[in-house]
Amino acid sequence: MGRLQWPVRLREAYVSQNLKVEIDGQTVEVPAGSMVMEAASRLGLYVPHFCYHRKLSIAANCRMCLVDVEKAPKPLPACATPVTDGMKVHTRSDKARQAQNGVMEFLLINHPLDCPICDQGGECQLQDLAVGYGGSSSRYDEAKRVVERKDVGPLVATEEMSRCIQCTRCVRFGQEIAGVMELGMIGRGEHSEIVAFVGQTVDSELSGNMIDICPVGALTSKPFRYSARTWELSRRQSIAAHDALGSNVIVQVKQNRVMRVLPLENEAINECWLSDRDRFSYQGLNHPDRLTRPMVRSGDGWVETDWESALARAADGLRQVIQAHGGAGLAALASPQATLEELHLLQALTRALGSESIDFRARQTDFRADAHRQGIPWLGTDVASLSTLDRALVVGSFLRKDQPLLAQRLRQMAKRGEINLLQVIDEDPLMRVANRMTVAPAQLADALAQVVRAVAEKLDQPIPPEADRAVPGAQARAIAQSLCGGESRAILLGSVVHGIATRTELVVLAQRLAGLLGSPFGHLGEGANGVGGYIAGAIPGPGGRNASTMFSQPAAGYVLFGLEPALDCANPGQAMAALHSAQFVLSLSCYAPRPGDRADVLLPIAPATETPGSFVNTEGRLQTFNAVVHPLAEARPGWKVLRVLATLLGFEHLAFDAIEAVRTALPAAQSIAARLGNTIEGGSYPAPSGQSDTNGAAGTVQRIADVPIYATDPIVRRASALQQTCDAIAPRLRACESTLQKLGLTAGASARVRQGEGSTVLAVELDATVPADCVRVSAAHPDSATLGAPFDVVQVEAA
Amino acid sequence: MSLSADSLKRIDREIAKYPADQKQSAVMGALIIAQDENGWLSSDTLAEVARYLGMPPVAVYEVATFYNMYNLEPTGRFKLTICTCLPCGLQGALAAADHIKARLGIDFNQTTADGCFTLKEGECMGACAMAPVVLVNNKRMCDRLSNEAIDTLLTELKAKA
Repeated sequence: MGRLQWPVRLREAYVSQNLKVEIDGQTVEVPAGSMVMEAASRLGLYVPHFCYHRKLSIAANCRMCLVDVEKAPKPLPACATPVTDGMKVHTRSDKARQAQNGVMEFLLINHPLDCPICDQGGECQLQDLAVGYGGSSSRYDEAKRVVERKDVGPLVATEEMSRCIQCTRCVRFGQEIAGVMELGMIGRGEHSEIVAFVGQTVDSELSGNMIDICPVGALTSKPFRYSARTWELSRRQSIAAHDALGSNVIVQVKQNRVMRVLPLENEAINECWLSDRDRFSYQGLNHPDRLTRPMVRSGDGWVETDWESALARAADGLRQVIQAHGGAGLAALASPQATLEELHLLQALTRALGSESIDFRARQTDFRADAHRQGIPWLGTDVASLSTLDRALVVGSFLRKDQPLLAQRLRQMAKRGEINLLQVIDEDPLMRVANRMTVAPAQLADALAQVVRAVAEKLDQPIPPEADRAVPGAQARAIAQSLCGGESRAILLGSVVHGIATRTELVVLAQRLAGLLGSPFGHLGEGANGVGGYIAGAIPGPGGRNASTMFSQPAAGYVLFGLEPALDCANPGQAMAALHSAQFVLSLSCYAPRPGDRADVLLPIAPATETPGSFVNTEGRLQTFNAVVHPLAEARPGWKVLRVLATLLGFEHLAFDAIEAVRTALPAAQSIAARLGNTIEGGSYPAPSGQSDTNGAAGTVQRIADVPIYATDPIVRRASALQQTCDAIAPRLRACESTLQKLGLTAGASARVRQGEGSTVLAVELDATVPADCVRVSAAHPDSATLGAPFDVVQVEAA
Repeated sequence: MSLSADSLKRIDREIAKYPADQKQSAVMGALIIAQDENGWLSSDTLAEVARYLGMPPVAVYEVATFYNMYNLEPTGRFKLTICTCLPCGLQGALAAADHIKARLGIDFNQTTADGCFTLKEGECMGACAMAPVVLVNNKRMCDRLSNEAIDTLLTELKAKA
């Protein structure tokens, strides 16, 4: 970037000169303020440690890293001893070894010596280090201390807290990385123990990382516990498929079954962390709901059949649609979780059949910008740079729940810089927020326009026409004030912007704001392949229908790929109605249909763990992966199914033999960067559709429909442990007190919500985070699947 | 259970002693005030103090469990804490403790049936020269406690109860 950026660590901010230190006879130069531990790791020397973690603050309470520093009378902890110029350190001298062995003996006094029955056995830092630094037998034969087991929720097991060595990594992780201190160390001395507050659970969306960083078997994974030994598992590299970040993961496999998912360190993407959604969603892979054999419709239900007849019926059905209605009668909708190769083949097949109606942006409602966009919508900057921004404006995002690890990056940024939120729900993002402005979805564009105008006025720049009519309020001015400071900035648009009917206006306003500030702007991203779908060409061509119009103007035939339309479409009521009135619906799916689903042929495809593929993440990074296990039962990789279907339909040019051949038909990785771009140029856009007048009839309010963190895709929705967390409870009608009063509702009672043709009855909950005249009714759940677009108006009455 | 307006006012006074963005510095004072009002610190009280100071509840719990002058269980009307550290022990604190136990018919960490007294073992109170020492309800220090002095003290307290 060329300009000075404040380094992450304050202590490095004030110093520039390097210091020379000699460790075990080797000399290294490190910046002043570095600790001996960092200098040693720079030399590739390992100093044993438990409480030290390079991403966490220094506690120096395990004492395992004691080293011998010349001229120091006593051994010093390497993790907390700043380097001085000319310092000479010995990590393996007699004095150091004696200290380390002594600490190990103390640590083992209260630690149970029963590694064979411990779930951590074989991957335990204490066990490993005890081999090097522990005695061959214990001198301690008095009673050991026992710590009662706790229950802190469905993900993290704290069954064996006697194993805890009080390193407090989990506590510091909560405070510093997750942004919420859910575990703490109570008591003192021998009576210290790690607990959650009385009766509370660990609810952080990053809680699984505590399991990783626990150096002993105190915190273990509840879903994985005692299901396999670490040495029985083969480790296979893959890419997480549940958000736009594309976290690098190690999938651990035993007997062709995914047993566990762990993060693979990649400083540019997920660092060493993994969100709980990416970590625990593997439980959905072997769910009994998995579609294991092809099925065809028979009367009101489905019957299993073999691949040959199912494919024949699928090809027949598609042919009949084309014959009766022409190519335009067919529409294809894929999940943004589908791989690049699958999306490429699906769009090629759809186009070969004569239809331009192909899309993957199932949750988007506003496509007016399609004709004017200058590139592929993306993050607008690289993921890693989010941690070092000085100023950020996040517009319309359920930040923590939509993007757990991007939120973590912004949390680090907020420790130095200023983050501003323009949001529809006043939720705590668990980070320091400079300014926040909470408005109803219909006012979001106006609120952003206020900020644009306030910034333009502040910088003495001409006011962009889009912001001409905005009247900046105090909050907008405060945000503008913040954004005008600092060196590096970004404007980030979240899932609300993705799903709202005024998406185009919001993107254009963000573009104007970015133009005024000279900063990047972009989309936080939707789906594992939200950028890849564009690269693969899975977007409608001239005259084609997009993910919204393909249901509002029903087609005769549909191809669904990896979707559960009632839960994955922006307007499920409309989508289901269109599907039920269609002549033929082909669904390629990992899971058996839900009650009420419409499909004439169901072909079982493999999820990302069972197929090779590629994802392009929100920063435009192409990541390719191999299958980590064989497809379950008769399920087959999606690209193979599409390829066979293409052959059956007579499209020989799509008969790729190998996944590599599919990839050669795709644009090269290097060319992706050149195609990215968020700007929208030229033309005027029709007024947003769908936003009916909210001042109309009594009982009419705006709906705010978030997609809950553990409802984002079919796999996550079937991950049993995630479904037991408090983030997975069924949608309720949530509104603030004034709205409840206006609607004549009482908390705890139930209410009927009507939207379009659909209606549902939900429990009412008082929720002060919801703006006035709005109700929060989450999407992506069977209880709300009959409703319509996510941010449109709904009628509410007591039921 | 919620704190009275008077307690909250006193907590505000504690908060005012620290910079505005460091309200949590007042946690120890706030817990003392809450304990003075309720006699002990229930988890509801801890949660309320946490809310008031904008802290995670578990952080307040850490503080409340670290210091043994915070009562995490209900005590009798008078909590007697006798120091049994080494210097006091050498100067007759153990015998004094035995005397109190015999008089009250309870052991350490127990409360008399009438709810009048709770006996606790304490750590050094910095009054080794005046051993044996007993702290009444964390506030009143009684030193050089002979058996007779203990009897007088117990009678006096009993009369107040």
